[in-house]
Amino acid sequence: MDYVPALARWIHFMAGVMWIGLLYYFNFVQVAAVKAATADGTAAGITKHVAPRALLFFRWAAVVTWLAGAALLSDKFVDAFTLRHGMAGIGVGAWLGTIMLFNVWVLIWPNQQKILGLKPATDEEKNKARRVAFLASRLNTMASIPMLFFMAGGWSHRAIFGL
Amino acid sequence: MKNPLDSLWGTIISGLVLTVILYFVVKSLLG
Repeated sequence: MDYVPALARWIHFMAGVMWIGLLYYFNFVQVAAVKAATADGTAAGITKHVAPRALLFFRWAAVVTWLAGAALLSDKFVDAFTLRHGMAGIGVGAWLGTIMLFNVWVLIWPNQQKILGLKPATDEEKNKARRVAFLASRLNTMASIPMLFFMAGGWSHRAIFGL
Repeated sequence: MKNPLDSLWGTIISGLVLTVILYFVVKSLLG
């Protein structure tokens, strides 16, 4: 059954690259691009054609990443989430990833639906949704930095970091 | 006070600071 964790690791990496890659696209590229495009009246190109597609892959890649990560932890799942038996480093990474998944589905996606007009909302609701979705997305970008540190080194390189 | 998450640099610096804090929290858990 050794091929199960090996495949889970591969899938975890691929889906994780898509999830965090799109998160960085939103924060490093799209936010500034929409601001500039709104100023010259071309924002619809992004909000109508790019953002919904990017969000589709973003939110489902988050789910696949988490599930593959859980499969990879396998019988160490509880040890990781309870930060026990040498699993504290990778466990912190797992907790951060879980909080980020929650943000994607509970804060970012429902608010983006209002912003993009996929769900009815008043102008006031849209303005509030913009702020909540923006801050949740920025929070995930911030959390991704320690999350990737603990994912990358919290298990395989824990001896080097003394974890 | 301005929210550091409003700027990209503020977000990145906050992430690095959080990394250091969590690193020492985990180290202390193990100690």
